[in-house]
Amino acid sequence: MDKIPILRMGRFLLVTIQVDMHDQLALALQEDLTSRIVKDGARGVLIDISSLEIVDSFIGRMLGTIASMSRMLDAETVLVGMQPAVAITMVELGLALPGVRTALDVDKGMEMLRSRIGPDGEMTGHDPDP
Amino acid sequence: MILTREVAELKRPEDVVRVRQVARALALQAGFGLVDQTKIVTAVSELGRNALIHGGGGTATLEVIEEGIRRGLRIVFRDEGPGIADVERALQDGYTTSGGLGIGLGGARRLMNEFEISSSPGKGTTVTIARWK
Amino acid sequence: MSTKSILPELVRRFEAEILNDWMREQRAAITLRADLLTDAELARQSAEFFAAFQAGLQGQDLGEITGPAWGTARDLLKEIARLRSRQGFSLSETATFVFSLKQPLFALCQRELEREAVLLVGELWTISVIIDKLGLFTAESALAAREEIIGRQQAELLELSTPVVKLWDKVLALPLIGTLDSNRTQVVMESLLQAIVDTGSSVAIIDITGVPTVDTLVAQHLMKTVSAARLMGADCIISGIRPAIAQSMVHLGVSFTEIVTKATLADALRHAFARTGVSVSRQAAG
Repeated sequence: MDKIPILRMGRFLLVTIQVDMHDQLALALQEDLTSRIVKDGARGVLIDISSLEIVDSFIGRMLGTIASMSRMLDAETVLVGMQPAVAITMVELGLALPGVRTALDVDKGMEMLRSRIGPDGEMTGHDPDP
Repeated sequence: MILTREVAELKRPEDVVRVRQVARALALQAGFGLVDQTKIVTAVSELGRNALIHGGGGTATLEVIEEGIRRGLRIVFRDEGPGIADVERALQDGYTTSGGLGIGLGGARRLMNEFEISSSPGKGTTVTIARWK
Repeated sequence: MSTKSILPELVRRFEAEILNDWMREQRAAITLRADLLTDAELARQSAEFFAAFQAGLQGQDLGEITGPAWGTARDLLKEIARLRSRQGFSLSETATFVFSLKQPLFALCQRELEREAVLLVGELWTISVIIDKLGLFTAESALAAREEIIGRQQAELLELSTPVVKLWDKVLALPLIGTLDSNRTQVVMESLLQAIVDTGSSVAIIDITGVPTVDTLVAQHLMKTVSAARLMGADCIISGIRPAIAQSMVHLGVSFTEIVTKATLADALRHAFARTGVSVSRQAAG
């Protein structure tokens, strides 16, 4: 079974979902991501869904679960790049994803993580940001 | 009048992805805009998963239809599973028997123009949805 | 329907004559729109349709215009109806194209079947049935074409009436004016969200100063737009809620909790500046 790759960027993890996900793949991502947060000591997770054509209740639930679990592991999750048509459909469906942070794109999501986590999160010195 | 018809099987989890793709292609063919396409594909995903998980698999029949000057897409999901005992309750948001969010059925109804469900315990469930341009 | 109609035979024999008479009939009709259609074009359409008409007469059941024999004729009529609807013909003007063929056919039968009253009645009936059905088909096609045009114009009008403007770097505004119905709100919502993506804006201000009434449905639509924008990563501010609207909304049980609301567009802009880290200061007059 194919997997969704998880990239490490400093103390953040970046996941770009580019495939039409079936449910098993979504569940596998959920597991991979939580173990990577612990293994890498990540402080933030960016999930880029700009190529995702739909978010149904299953994927929506998975995204919410990832956010809650990562918060428990002391990492912030930011969902980035949701397409307008997907957002409209999710609202109509009744999926508001409370508690999940969102940003327009990866850059803005990264900015959001940095400002939330602050200099504490940058202890490794990978990032020259103030 | 039926312009195009496709029948797809729902036996394995990957089949839901395939039915979504067929729905997308037919919605495009019927001339739906991006938002409507997304609503249709999302509703198909919800109901396809239901047929698979609760109905033990079944079929989806997708049709591009034309009535007078209006065009639409109609999808019928059939399964021969245990059926739904209390349809009214199943349509309520938050009611779930599988540990999900419980918004699949009700959500699919909100995303479409027409929604019809018939189910009897032991005889399976048929859900018909349609959206018009 | 009589099975042994001699109509196909008659039409073939007097082909040129019928076409001529029909053209004369059309040119004389008060519904002729010489301003919209040149004579050459009319002649071309007529000749093409007449050929298709003859092909239709070769079919098994003459009066069944939905059959395969009449396929070409139906396609042609559809095309002509669509063309004329777009050019501004009225429905009766368009349908007259077909109905005016009745007269020459009647005249021909009357002359050729002068001594055979029974046969004559049968043929006249056949002609009537065919022409009436084709005429109605034309009218229906014209109507469908017109509805299509109206639908497109409505959509264009909707887009025109929802201008999304960029107020500042990363700040958009959508000044809404007029009544909001379900249809319009959907277009508003879509164009605002698309503009958020296109401009990379993190704040969008929806100003409803120009909206006369806000009922529960409209309020719901507004809240959905705000939720969708939030899912995409942008904040919405609703501004311009007039006192009367605020009152009626509270009575309706609508409360915009969890949504930032401001009295005026200026207040909303100030809020947006604070949110995006922009500071504005007045320079001392020099």
